[in-house]
Amino acid sequence: MSILETIEQGNEPEQGLKPRSELTARELLREVGAVLRLSEAEVAKLGDVPVDPSEDQTMIINMGPQHPSTHGVLRLMLELQGETVLRCKPIIGYLHTGMEKTGEQLTYMQGGTNVTRMDYLSPLNNELVFSLAVERLLGISDDIPERAVWMRMLLSELNRMSSHLLFMATNGMDLGAVSMMIYGWREREEVLRFFQKVTGLRMNHNFIRPGGLAADLPAGWRDDVLGLLGQIGPRLDEYDVLMTGQPLWRDRLQGVGVITAQEAIALGATGPILRGTGVPWDLRRDQPYLRYAELDFDVIVGSYGDAFDRYAIRLNEIRESMKLVRQILDRMPSGDYRIQNKKVTPPPRARIDESMEALIHHFKIFTEGFKVPEGEVYVAIESPRGEIGCYIASDGSPTPYRMHVRAPSFVNIQCLPHMMRGGLVADAVAVISSVDPVLGEVDR
Amino acid sequence: MADTADPEQQTAPEPVALHGCPLVVAFGQRVLFVPRDQYAKVVKALLADGYEMCVDLTAVDYLQMPQRTVPDGVVAERFEVVVNLLSLKDRLRLRVRVQVPEADPAIATLFDMYPGTEAMEREVYDMFGIGFTDHPDLTRILMPEDWDGHPLRKDYEVGQIPVQFKGAPN
Repeated sequence: MSILETIEQGNEPEQGLKPRSELTARELLREVGAVLRLSEAEVAKLGDVPVDPSEDQTMIINMGPQHPSTHGVLRLMLELQGETVLRCKPIIGYLHTGMEKTGEQLTYMQGGTNVTRMDYLSPLNNELVFSLAVERLLGISDDIPERAVWMRMLLSELNRMSSHLLFMATNGMDLGAVSMMIYGWREREEVLRFFQKVTGLRMNHNFIRPGGLAADLPAGWRDDVLGLLGQIGPRLDEYDVLMTGQPLWRDRLQGVGVITAQEAIALGATGPILRGTGVPWDLRRDQPYLRYAELDFDVIVGSYGDAFDRYAIRLNEIRESMKLVRQILDRMPSGDYRIQNKKVTPPPRARIDESMEALIHHFKIFTEGFKVPEGEVYVAIESPRGEIGCYIASDGSPTPYRMHVRAPSFVNIQCLPHMMRGGLVADAVAVISSVDPVLGEVDR
Repeated sequence: MADTADPEQQTAPEPVALHGCPLVVAFGQRVLFVPRDQYAKVVKALLADGYEMCVDLTAVDYLQMPQRTVPDGVVAERFEVVVNLLSLKDRLRLRVRVQVPEADPAIATLFDMYPGTEAMEREVYDMFGIGFTDHPDLTRILMPEDWDGHPLRKDYEVGQIPVQFKGAPN
């Protein structure tokens, strides 16, 4: 209770990394053992780091919060001995804008505009998980029209591609492969151009909504997607030439930021980090949502849990997503793009001109929103970064009583101290990059 | 599913329990209501059952919903800590809900079992003011260290909050 008592007395503890002299032996052991609970003997066995250097041999430095390679305003406090990282502590909150509190003020109709801004690199996946959670509460999960379901899958997979392409760019930039940065952004822009044609926006679409989608696919969408696939496929092979096989690239990534399967599971890491350790866990296959159970794709796993595995997994996941998009193109059904349930769907624009009731209904749905039955639900899907979950507690009103998003980056970022321990400062950049955190989602 | 169930089964629902705690199925998801004093013990048993990953830990402030539905034998309190556990092997999820009274907002930490809950428990402490006993580093995580109040509490007003930062002119 000691720490709770200190807080009650109004002395809030500081967030930063403390110098060794101010730490108790237990805290130091925890930080040297890098988050995982290791016994003193186990820490000593790790061997690669001197367990207790004297304080004048080490220094604590700040990396960030504005370092260009920290993918946003992430601040790391590093304890260094020469070039070796002994301890590391990520300090977050610089992008905190209270989105979960905001979510309690917005109706279920408006909620999409809020969640889409959390992980701004995969906005459609955020909207999808929010919509699935609301639909589960409404009890309309099984009534969503087929076309809406397949459109959601199409957009979700294209978004996975654009997110991983951006990872290719930032990972290249962090490691000094600046030409890769240009190529990655260029290919991502092609995907975003398609999104702009479909949703009207490059990012923050608010396109997937409870009950279906905001609009149908535009004319000529199929040719656009095929053109996109034809363009990106060969470019991925170019990436292989540019990076995968290059000795310099391999030397920078192989054996850097290693994490084992046991550690990743204990830390709650999901997505490419967990798969990189050889655990074949992908919610699309293991707890299928939408119609993923009907599609044929592979779950890419690594063997060593290092930064190179995570890079290779993401590169190959783009290929898997392209495979999925081709199957979705073949099977895209015709029909309605949103549920025809008067409770959640506003009347079509044309009806408003001819019917007073439709106008009133439209007005009510957009001002008051629709009521959602009391209850609480947690829905999880596979975002490019891992498991993104949405927990909604409803009190029966048109706004969520509590809306929580389980952000994969927020949990994954806890792996950083563990991956960096004993590595070099230069590798720290490679490690941050390989975790691929999105700070908008970490801080929410 | 519940609509098509046999009426006889509906009149006599079988009391389901797991580790002595009431287990409820809501919206197709399994929810376990654990008393606060048995929380750490039950979660440890669940870890031994194969729930090897703690996916999410969050809390809800039910200040404005005192009459919410909870199973018999569970006393609804103001705060509720919600833990989502996952079994990779069995592909199963289980949600644990623990009632935390307003008078003594403290609960045991899961850090010993799931080191990944460290940041999540700090977030709950920061946002709701619920303390986690024996947490190794219970500090604010999203808000600045010197912030007053816990923003996600229902009695914390939105809007019109003076900016509180060290050395900021008022």
